Amino acid sequence: MDVAVRELSYAQAIQEAMAIAMEQDERVFLMGEDIGVYGGAFQVTGDLVERFGSERVMDTPISELGGAGVAVGAALTGLRPIFEFQFSDFATLAMEQIVNQAAKMRFMLGGEVSVPVVMRFPAGSGTGAAAQHSQSLEAWLGHVPGLKVIQPATPHDVKGMLLAAVADPDPVMIFEHKLLYKMKGPVPEGHYTVPIGKADVRRQGRDLTIVATSIMVHKALEAAAALQAEGIDIEVIDLRTVRPMDKQTIIDSVKKTSRLLCVYEAVKTLGIGAEVSAAVAESDAFDYLDAPIVRLGGAEIPIPYNPELEKATVPQVPDIVAAARDLAKGKR
Amino acid sequence: MATARKAANNEAAQPNLPFAFRKYTAEQLREVLHKMYLIRRFEEGAEDAYMRGLIHGTMHLSIGQEASAMGICMPLTDQDQITSTHRGHGHCIAKGADVKRMFAEFFGKTTGYCKGRGGSMHIADVTKGNLGANGIVAGGIPIAVGAALAAKKLRTGKVAVSFFGDGANNEGAFHEALNMAAVWKLPVIFVCENNGYGMSTSTERSTAVKNIADRAGAYAMPGVIVDGNNFSEVAEAANAAVERARAGEGPTLIESKTYRYRGHSKSDRNRYRTKEEIEDWMANRDPIALFEAELKEFGIIDDAGIEAVREAVKKEIADGIEFAKDSPSPEIRDLENYVYTEVA
Ligand SMILES: Cc1ncc(C[n+]2csc(CCOP(=O)(O)OP(=O)(O)O)c2C)c(N)n1
Ligand SMILES: [Mg+2]
Repeated sequence: MDVAVRELSYAQAIQEAMAIAMEQDERVFLMGEDIGVYGGAFQVTGDLVERFGSERVMDTPISELGGAGVAVGAALTGLRPIFEFQFSDFATLAMEQIVNQAAKMRFMLGGEVSVPVVMRFPAGSGTGAAAQHSQSLEAWLGHVPGLKVIQPATPHDVKGMLLAAVADPDPVMIFEHKLLYKMKGPVPEGHYTVPIGKADVRRQGRDLTIVATSIMVHKALEAAAALQAEGIDIEVIDLRTVRPMDKQTIIDSVKKTSRLLCVYEAVKTLGIGAEVSAAVAESDAFDYLDAPIVRLGGAEIPIPYNPELEKATVPQVPDIVAAARDLAKGKR
Repeated sequence: MATARKAANNEAAQPNLPFAFRKYTAEQLREVLHKMYLIRRFEEGAEDAYMRGLIHGTMHLSIGQEASAMGICMPLTDQDQITSTHRGHGHCIAKGADVKRMFAEFFGKTTGYCKGRGGSMHIADVTKGNLGANGIVAGGIPIAVGAALAAKKLRTGKVAVSFFGDGANNEGAFHEALNMAAVWKLPVIFVCENNGYGMSTSTERSTAVKNIADRAGAYAMPGVIVDGNNFSEVAEAANAAVERARAGEGPTLIESKTYRYRGHSKSDRNRYRTKEEIEDWMANRDPIALFEAELKEFGIIDDAGIEAVREAVKKEIADGIEFAKDSPSPEIRDLENYVYTEVA
C-alpha cells in the first residue's frame, strides 16, 4: 500500500495530526487561547474551527491555570483534550495543574485513573520576543515523573508523535520550537505514529556523537555537514523524547564514536545535557570515552531582546562546529 | 486665552465645565494634548520603523487608547508607581518617559530604558515610577499590590496603579490581588483598559459578567466605569481613586472602556471584528479628536496652537528615532550582565 508523502510545514503537520485525531475519535477536542477564528498565535490550529466548530476548537479565556485544569479534569473523565499554551512560558502559570495534578493523579489514586491529556508548548528563542516569551522549559517538566515530554524536530515526527501522544493514556507534553513552525519536510498522509521514548540517529558517523534536541538537531546536522569536509565524521542523534529518555541509543553510539557532545537550547546548567552525560557516565560506555563529555547549551541568562545578544545566548552552527572540531581533534 | 485661565482652578464658578477643565490649568491641558499626540506619534513611528525592519520582535500598539493612559496618570506624582502591560507604550509616556530612550530600547540599544534587554514588551522607566510593561497577562497586578504594601509599611504616601486589559481579568492573579488589596486596605488602583477584546476573544465570550467593574463588588471595593476615550472622565475617576488611596481608604477598580485601532500585535488578521466597528471608533470616538474639540470649545487652544503641538511632537519623534539609530548596541561580552545584582 503506497502512502502519499507531501512537503508540509511543521505547523501544517501538527494541524493535520490534530484534524486526523478529531476525525477518528469524537473524544478528541482542542482548547487554548485564540485557537478559533484567530487560528492560534502561530497559526497552528489555522482554520480547524471552520471544519470542526467552536465546540471542538474551544477558545478559552486567558486562564492558563484554570484552562489546564479543565483539560486535566476532562481527560480524567473520558475526553481527550489537546491543550495549546500560547507560549511555553505560560506553562509557569499552570504548573500546579501540570505538576501536582496531571502528573500524579494516577499514582496517588493507586492506578485507578489515568489522565490522557496532551499539552502543546510553542517554545524557544529567536523571534525577538524577549525574556518572557522565549524560554525552553522542557527540562522543568522532564523532571516530573508521570509526565512524558517530547521535542519533535521535524514535520514528519511532530505529526507522528502528536498522534502517538493522543493515543497515549498518560499526559504528554509537546515542546515545539517556534522557529520550526515554517520549516518544511516530507510528511506521509493519513494516520501514523512515531513512538514516544525512541531517539533517532539522523546521521551516521564514527568520530563523534552529537546528541541534540529540537531545532539544535538541524544546527547539528549543518555543523556535521561542514565538518565532513574536514574529514570529521559525526553521528547526530535526535533525542526526540526528554522523558522517558532513550539512553540505549546514546550509549550504543558513544561506544562506537568514543566522544560525546550534547547540544540544546535551554539554559545549560541542570538540564538535558547533564542527564545525557550522566547516562553515558553511568553506563559501560564510560570506558569507551576518549575525551571529556562536552555540553553546549544556552547561556545562564534570560533571553535578551537585542537580536545580537539573543543569538549569542543560544548555540549557533559555528559554535557547534568549533566545539565538535575541538572535541574530535582531541583539543579537549 | 483669558477664558481658559478663568476656567482653570475655578470649580465653584464654572460648575458646568467637565471635571478636567475645572481641575487643571490651560497650560496643563495643553500639555495633556501634547502627550496624547506624543503617544500616538511614538507608536506610529515605532510601527513604521518595525515595517522597515529597523525594529524586530513584535509590538502591541495602544493607538486609540491615549486618553485612558493620560487620564489615569494625571493625578500621579513621579513617586507614585505603576505596573503596565504588553500594550504599555502609552502608560510609559504618560508617566513621563523620554521617547528618545524608548526608541533606543526598541532599537535594542544600550541607551534604551532596559539597555536593549527588554524591548517594547518590557519598556519601563523606573525613575519616573514605571515599574515596567509585562509580557505576562495580569503579571503586573499583584506586583502593584506589593508596591502598595511597601508604600503602606514604609509610610511613603505613594500610590500604586496597575494597568491591565480586559483579558487579564480572567487570570487568577487578578482575583487574588484584588482580594488582598481590599483585605489590607492598600493604596492601589486597578485600571482595566477594556478595549473589548483579549487578542481575538471578546469580553462577551471570555467573561461572565457584563462589566469588568462588576468584579469590584466581590472584593468590596468601588468599581467605576468610565468612557476611556474621554480624558476628563478618566481623570476624574483617577483623581477620586487616588484621593481614596492616599486617605488610607483602600483600593478602587476603574474600568476604562476604550478600543484599540490596530491589530493585537503584528500577526493579527482582524478576523474577529468588523471593519465597520473599527472605522466607527476611529471616526466618531477618537480620544484625541474628542479632547481637541473640547479644548477648542472651552477656548484653551486654537487651530494654530494645535498645529504647533503637532509640529513639536513631529520633531520630538524624529529626534528620538535619530537618537536611537545613533546609539551604541550592547557588546556580546556584556551578555551576562544584570542577571544578579552586582556586588562591589
Ligand atoms: C499569561 C499570558 N497568557 C497569554 C498571553 C498572550 N497574550 C498576550 S496579550 C494577550 C491578550 C490580552 O488581552 P487584554 O488583557 O485584554 O489586553 P489587550 O491586549 O487588549 O490590551 C494575550 C492572550 C500572555 N502574554 N500572558
Ligand atoms: Mg483587551
